[in-house]
Amino acid sequence: METEIKLRINGERYSLRVDTRTTLLDALREGLGVTSTKKGCDHGQCGSCTVLLDGRRTLSCLTLAVTTDDTEIVTAEGLGGDNEPHPLHRAFIDNDAFQCGYCTPGQICSAAGMLTELDAGHPSAATPQGSEPRLDDDEIRERMSGNLCRCGAYSHIVSAIREVGGRA
Amino acid sequence: MTQAIATGDAGSAMRRVDGPDKVRGTARYAFEYPMKEPAYLHLVQSTITRGRVRAVHDGAALAVQGVLAVLSHTNATRIDPGDETELAVLQSDGVAYRGQPVAAVVAKTPEAAREAAALVGVDYDVYQHDVHLSAARTDLFAPDDTDTHQGDLEAAMAEADTVIDHVYSTPMQHNNPMEPHATIALWDGTSLILHESTQAVRMVHTTIASLFGLERDRVRVIAPYVGGGFGAKGPLHAPVVLACLAAMAVPGRPVKLAVTRRQMFTLVGYRSPTLQRVRLAADAQGRLSAVGDDVTAQSARFTQFVERAGDPSRMMYAAPNRRITHRLAALDTNAPTWMRAPGEAPGMFAPEVAMDELACALDIDPVELRLRNEPEVDPGTHKPFSSRTLAECMREGSRLFGWADRDPAPGVRRHDGWLVGTGMAASTYPALLMPGSSAEIRFEKGRYELRIGASDIGTGAWTVLGQLAAEALGVGVDAVRVHIGDSTLPAASLAGGSSGTVSWGTAITAAARAFREEHGDTPAPGARTTARGSDGADENYSAHSFGAQFAEVHVHADTGEVRVPRLLGVFSAGRIINPLTARSQFIGGMTMGVSMALHEHSVVDPRFGHVVTQDFADYHISVNADIGEIRAEWIDTPDYRANPTGAKGIGEIGITGTAAAVANAFHHATGVRVRDLPITVDAYLLGSRG
Ligand code: FES
Ligand code: FES
Repeated sequence: METEIKLRINGERYSLRVDTRTTLLDALREGLGVTSTKKGCDHGQCGSCTVLLDGRRTLSCLTLAVTTDDTEIVTAEGLGGDNEPHPLHRAFIDNDAFQCGYCTPGQICSAAGMLTELDAGHPSAATPQGSEPRLDDDEIRERMSGNLCRCGAYSHIVSAIREVGGRA
Repeated sequence: MTQAIATGDAGSAMRRVDGPDKVRGTARYAFEYPMKEPAYLHLVQSTITRGRVRAVHDGAALAVQGVLAVLSHTNATRIDPGDETELAVLQSDGVAYRGQPVAAVVAKTPEAAREAAALVGVDYDVYQHDVHLSAARTDLFAPDDTDTHQGDLEAAMAEADTVIDHVYSTPMQHNNPMEPHATIALWDGTSLILHESTQAVRMVHTTIASLFGLERDRVRVIAPYVGGGFGAKGPLHAPVVLACLAAMAVPGRPVKLAVTRRQMFTLVGYRSPTLQRVRLAADAQGRLSAVGDDVTAQSARFTQFVERAGDPSRMMYAAPNRRITHRLAALDTNAPTWMRAPGEAPGMFAPEVAMDELACALDIDPVELRLRNEPEVDPGTHKPFSSRTLAECMREGSRLFGWADRDPAPGVRRHDGWLVGTGMAASTYPALLMPGSSAEIRFEKGRYELRIGASDIGTGAWTVLGQLAAEALGVGVDAVRVHIGDSTLPAASLAGGSSGTVSWGTAITAAARAFREEHGDTPAPGARTTARGSDGADENYSAHSFGAQFAEVHVHADTGEVRVPRLLGVFSAGRIINPLTARSQFIGGMTMGVSMALHEHSVVDPRFGHVVTQDFADYHISVNADIGEIRAEWIDTPDYRANPTGAKGIGEIGITGTAAAVANAFHHATGVRVRDLPITVDAYLLGSRG
């Protein structure tokens, strides 16, 4: 069965017909050629497919495309202005926070989402009981643990995010 | 970062040139090339472990809307696999391991392909299978040229003041690069184009050409960006062959095959489990008189792969008596393959834990014990080392880590409910130089184009090769443009064995030199020169990288939870061409080492012959929160005896020794000696102290 959906991706409007079994990840990658979003597991276990869906970090492999009608999707490609890289883009490059780069767009979307969550005061398992969460390395590590990196760039990912979060 | 971001000269911390595309996600990996009217391939995998396919029922699958073809051994194109038995896909009715592809569906959408694959019925004759690895098997065999004997190990053991004699084990592990293997294959009736996720464009090119009996100019392999490999994307595996077979079934249509994460545990190799009986004999001062490592590992019944875990013990420490052996069990499994530091990763776990046990038994500091056993020459081959820098690494590591004040007593430090310990181990990896690379320099539009069929699997080749070319040409790095990852470029050896940068580097240097000789400093537009690199390392030397790893481990006294809050590696790997990307590689290796120490374990069910832990929920790898403070430093020691670039490989040494350092720190924290990986809570809760 197919359904027609409309959505905005990185500021552009799209309308497309999707098989109701199609994930948002496959709709982006195969249907629309938006390959900034990566497939690492298709199971919700690696974070490579993370996008911002209406501003929240979301695993696109666990989201059926039909459920995203009328939403706004931002991938790592769409973060930042047209010719202006997002501060996270810069910080990841400066800190060499990746190697093969396959997990990286997901890491960056996840980092953007988690900085927003932190700003909004959402606690994590690393937040001391009863206190407001503060941007420190333990918070970053905890909140970024849904994004696997087999190249082992974690320590540089932490420093990149600290740099950007500290600036804001 | 601490390094000044410099001009890009070799030796400077130039940022990755592929960085902007990678952080946006616009660097294209194999599966991401836009294709007109693509078809999708989905595999049907055997549900038995050993036997024969009696019949394939494809009627229901063919009836699914959008299905273009169902392949099986009854209709697939015949190929000539030669010795490459792993690649003889759909060539016979034989089933050699559980999960082997026995059929495949090509369809217009991935959903249709997957649905139809589930509808393919396969009848089997089932034979008995055997997937159990044990050192007690009576059918173990000795692969060629993997045993060495010097002196008399047994006599030395009998005479020694102190001996260590234990069996250590490392489990089956799966490489699991974040990008699963992927192929797009396009066959137009006469030639084949492959977008392939590979560490070795040239190897894919020549292997596929020979399997399918095609002239080499009829095959092109493209792989500019590769989402990690860690050895699994070095040799070819079944999926790429299947993609080619499928492409031939639907000429003119690009066929896309993305290996699923679950299939990554079946189709593309693994690190064999190892059982290592390690024996050490020493006098009261800790001087070794004997070193033994008897390794048992597994291979597939249909092909042979040796996890050479005994190799490091041949050259690591001085001892007149030595016995290194490898025995294999041929099992009904898929073939093991290279995984980051094949041989050395397990081979620097067992002996380095044994050294710690010896240090404890003799009450000698573990660093001091290793210093006392520094060999003058390679004790296995009696060749001089091109450079031997382990002592410097250990001394510098001790200083940076604060090792000097360490109280050696195990199990006596407790903070806030956590037992605290520190440990160390040595690292090593051979400095390999692969023959067969060429590079071309062209001068076009005021720029030097470097063309070489190398691969960047995350190592930084896009950046570092440009730096090497700029250095050799005597120009700024901005004047060089790098072209890699395509079989139409001059042939290059694989990105593996920590050999890429140095092997390609010799070709780049040779090409630059020849270019200047032919065309001078002011070349005409269009000037071009190709040259071959080195044909192998200088056989007069034993060339290795070295390192020392120091770990702090906390173990929760009630729950047994293990944490590694601090890890330091000090390495010596020749000339460092780009400190920024080099540090990432060392740290990446160490991070995978923590993963090996604490998490990775593929569990096989002997009844069904399959790996049970087929995803990241069951097969744990280190996540961000598992990694604490991690620091990699190095001693700058250009080694021009190892090869003309002065550099040695850095991709693998970081994982060697890490797990031993963690296990040794675990012992220091808890008093429990771990000889089996991974170290999980039960090691502490059920372990015996002492
Ligand atoms: S691809 Fe979605 S979490 Fe792995
Ligand atoms: S950069 Fe390769 S997986 Fe993260």
